[in-house]
Amino acid sequence: MNDAIELSRMRDTDFTAAVDAQSGQRISTCYQCGNCTAGCPAGFVYDLQVNQVMRGVQLGLKNKVLNSRSIWMCLSCSTCSQRCPNNIDVAGVMETLRHMARKEGIVTVPKVDKFWTSFLATVRKYGRTYEIGTMVLYMLRSMRVFTDVDLAPAALAKGKLGFKPHKTPEEGAEAVGRIFKRYQERANRQGVRA
Amino acid sequence: MRIGVFICHCGSNIAGTVDCAKVAENARMFPDVVLAQDIMYTCAEPGQAAIEAAIHEHKLDGVVVASCSPRIHEPTFRRTVERAGLNRYMFEMANIREHVSWIGKDKEANTNKATELVQIAVAKLRNDKPLKAKSFDINKRVLIIGAGVAGIQAALDCAEGGIQVVLVEREATIGGKMAKLDKTFPTVDCSACILGPKMVDVAQHPNITLYAKSEVEDISGYVGNFNIKIRKRATYVDWDKCTGCGACTEKCPAKKTPDTFNELVGPTTAINIAFPQAIPKKAVINPEHCRQLTKGKCGVCAKVCPTGAINYEQQDEIITEEVGCIVAATGYDLMDWTVYEEYGGGRYPDVVTSLQYERLLSASGPTEGHIKRPSDGKEPKNIVFIQCVGSRDRSIGRPYCSGFCCMYTAKQAILTKDHIPDSKSFVFYMDIRANGKIYDEFTRRAMEEYGTEYIRGRVSKIYPDGEGHLIVRGVDTLLGEGVEIKADLVVLAVGVEAAKGSPKLAEKLRISYDSYGFFLESHVKLKPVETNTAGVYLAGVCQGVKDIPASVAQGSAAAAKVLGLFSKDKLENDPQIASVDMKRCVDCGKCIRCCPFGAIKEVEFRGKMYAQVIETVCQGCGLCTSTCPQGAIQLSHATDNQILAEVNTLCQC
Amino acid sequence: MKIAYYPGCSATGSSADYEKSTQAVCAALGMQMEEIRGWSCCGSTPAHAVDTQLSGALSARNLDLAARQKADMVLTPCPSCLSNLRHAAKRLENPEFRAGVNELLDEPLSENLPETLSVMQGIARAYDTDAIAARVRKPLAGLKLAAYYGCLMSRPHEVMEFGDPENPTLMESLLTACGAEMVDFPLKTECCGASYGIPERAMTARLTGRILNLATMLGVDAVVVACPLCQMNLDLRQQQAAKEAGVAFSMPVLYYTQLMGIAFGLAPSALGLDKLCVSADNLLRKLDQPAAYSKAPEGDKA
Repeated sequence: MNDAIELSRMRDTDFTAAVDAQSGQRISTCYQCGNCTAGCPAGFVYDLQVNQVMRGVQLGLKNKVLNSRSIWMCLSCSTCSQRCPNNIDVAGVMETLRHMARKEGIVTVPKVDKFWTSFLATVRKYGRTYEIGTMVLYMLRSMRVFTDVDLAPAALAKGKLGFKPHKTPEEGAEAVGRIFKRYQERANRQGVRA
Repeated sequence: MRIGVFICHCGSNIAGTVDCAKVAENARMFPDVVLAQDIMYTCAEPGQAAIEAAIHEHKLDGVVVASCSPRIHEPTFRRTVERAGLNRYMFEMANIREHVSWIGKDKEANTNKATELVQIAVAKLRNDKPLKAKSFDINKRVLIIGAGVAGIQAALDCAEGGIQVVLVEREATIGGKMAKLDKTFPTVDCSACILGPKMVDVAQHPNITLYAKSEVEDISGYVGNFNIKIRKRATYVDWDKCTGCGACTEKCPAKKTPDTFNELVGPTTAINIAFPQAIPKKAVINPEHCRQLTKGKCGVCAKVCPTGAINYEQQDEIITEEVGCIVAATGYDLMDWTVYEEYGGGRYPDVVTSLQYERLLSASGPTEGHIKRPSDGKEPKNIVFIQCVGSRDRSIGRPYCSGFCCMYTAKQAILTKDHIPDSKSFVFYMDIRANGKIYDEFTRRAMEEYGTEYIRGRVSKIYPDGEGHLIVRGVDTLLGEGVEIKADLVVLAVGVEAAKGSPKLAEKLRISYDSYGFFLESHVKLKPVETNTAGVYLAGVCQGVKDIPASVAQGSAAAAKVLGLFSKDKLENDPQIASVDMKRCVDCGKCIRCCPFGAIKEVEFRGKMYAQVIETVCQGCGLCTSTCPQGAIQLSHATDNQILAEVNTLCQC
Repeated sequence: MKIAYYPGCSATGSSADYEKSTQAVCAALGMQMEEIRGWSCCGSTPAHAVDTQLSGALSARNLDLAARQKADMVLTPCPSCLSNLRHAAKRLENPEFRAGVNELLDEPLSENLPETLSVMQGIARAYDTDAIAARVRKPLAGLKLAAYYGCLMSRPHEVMEFGDPENPTLMESLLTACGAEMVDFPLKTECCGASYGIPERAMTARLTGRILNLATMLGVDAVVVACPLCQMNLDLRQQQAAKEAGVAFSMPVLYYTQLMGIAFGLAPSALGLDKLCVSADNLLRKLDQPAAYSKAPEGDKA
């Protein structure tokens, strides 16, 4: 009985090559110094640290990487890319992995995905976003009714939350809606999740 | 002409993908070839014996060997044919290993290509002429540039061997970086105690002439006969009179002068002697901070000097020396780590370099060996060492390992514990490179006996917390988590780069340097001390990163090369050099301008000017021959006719 | 030089004060900007988190509108918009990407799109520090400020070209010209938690806590920001951060335009100072008081 990762069987070198190709980076240049993890502001909510994600990609451990929470929690702040001694755009790799996971329908942190889709749904409808609309949609989708309710009084008092949807003038809302429509259609044609 | 062709199998190296017997068979068809055979190992003794025997038996007057690169065995086979009575230049080599068998797997195509290369070599050989070397006298003196430990070792070994040494040092004192170190790994012996005697020997050796505070301005000539111009910088002190008593430094009022010997940790005086064991122990005035020299009023040192050595009017001086060969031992500098803005870019006083830390540890340093942090003079308790700052970092163009940082960091951690028993040291590392004699044991000791905490990972950010500490945010990749340390002092193991001005010196020496400024040896494994310029040798870090034992070893190795060269009374030049056909020369001067060795001069003959090659200086590079618009310059053994014969043959293949 | 202005969605909601003060400061300096007609959302983080080409199309639509308005340059106050617009422009250099984006749009993009810069860069390009200083009516003398840029403004350097990616100093030079003392703020480009304030508030609270804590330790009068999301996280969420850190914070977080506006002598109402959760009143009072002690400059005693 051995529960070690059986590398001879588990390695998916096509996955490593696909990440290289889609991110435009050379993952093999990572020498695991961990600088990405050291500087990552979100690392404390990750299941796999950034350097471990990179290691997983190097080894071709597709399932492990695409199912990690980390790729959803990445803030895209690019601190890792900025300080990588091997010039790897690590944040770009994280984003590529998130795109890959989404397209395959793997969503390990649904609340983040729901927040994004709520946001984009508002944009799709109005051409612009407005905070209350996004919040309400997000609360409905995530069933997290109490998100930030403690902030509501202050935010409302200061007029920080836009109540009225800002529908984009000059037919802008419609034009944006068509961008989303074409994007959706293309995703459908490719058989991936939009 | 009677030509013999020998095709080498090189075991399976060549024969694995080339049909050697077939190549030999094909070669028999080429003009003038009277013998062609394939041999298992041409370079082995039986192989060479077979060639010699064939020369006698078949009365050959030229030989082609098709085997490996001429860089490897051309000298071998030249000696072989010479032993059998042929001129060594009546030999050609076809490279069918690096150029054929190792780069393609198609045996038929390889066999064809090998045949063509042999055919080209035969065509060349049919146009070859016997060449003879000339001999000339040697000046048995050596110039050594740089007096760090490598240069000192080379100088002492040469001097002991009876050679006159001219030693040039840019700084005011010899000793280089080693003189700045407190202790040395892996024995933790005092650096000044072991280097000091060697420095004294340099000062006292009758065969050594030392020029400190001096730089090589110009080099001309060639192996055996170099002419050197040395710029002796103005020190504003007559060193013949200065006794090094130090009265001037005590009274000098400009007490905020940057102290470069102490790596800018703490100030010094404008007139200064670098450290107590300095050689030469002479005072030097820093003209940028001396009040007399900047403001025209002060003169305190001149007043207190008991021997009247101060001379504010002193100027740089140019000295000429003649030597037969040169050792470059210019060492290194630390790279400018302030490019790391995430480490504060040099704005935080308690983030210091490893060399600055050596000065804090050293009893002759600004804190007299008490570790005090620069910001407030307090004794630090938590000390973080960060390795690979400016090493192994492609993002700032420093992909190489600096070699000795792992070791000195372990040493500094041990010394820190000795100095401050209740201190705690942390070392951020990526890999521990401790592959010298008793090196790994040493780093283990730092961990096991001195309680140094080694943390595997880089540091992403250092910032002050506003309460006098530095927050060091790193990672422990073994733990798989980010870590944070509240440090009192951070020591950066800053990477090494070639000494400032190395490329410029390389150009004066006419030697190559890599993209980081390190001088290029002739062969990375087999000629690590030689350069591609005859009579110029390398010692120490100027050739590539190395620690003290390796620098000393290379210093001695360079000295051995010097002594070997000077064991002969005359040198032979390589006859593969350029010569000018005066009938064709129009004195346009293009060859003079393009020659990288200064080997072509203008001469007058019967009222007209011509170019003329200085035979002993020409290195046979061929630049002039391809530049000459008249075809007036020919390079022996690579003449236009010889090259055209090769090209013609290839085109007809 | 015709400048198109892209306010970004938050200008119409959470950062109305940024919008107001930006307009006021630019007007005071005499900088002409024309809002892009029919501008739409750049897609912000969610769009590029989901798909690069979707993000590219949403951003590029606005650049194309600006091009049709014959603008030479687009200015935006929001770093997130800036990042998206600049990333889109950079990626559009790749013909394959451009073709993919064009597929999503009503009409193919104009060949040449104007460059996008931050309003801050726009101001600094048009007015040197002397010109800024000349406009100052009420110097910020006595104020000690920490400039906080957030993570997006300067990174990645190849795309943003906003000074040193670890240590941008543009805000410092503008506010120094207004008379303020700027501290070296080492966390100036660390991330504040961005839009994760909503789905992952604990993370944002911790990150803002670190920033607010250092600013407090350095004894600054305010943290100065240039990003609506940073402002919201540091100001509106200050109590969440305090709770997470277990300490109390009372750190005003102002937009740099608000401080420039104060220095230019503009009315607080024109700068939206009333929108701040942590009041700037103390700070304003400090400016009105003459300095209690004037420290003698330290002479060279050498």
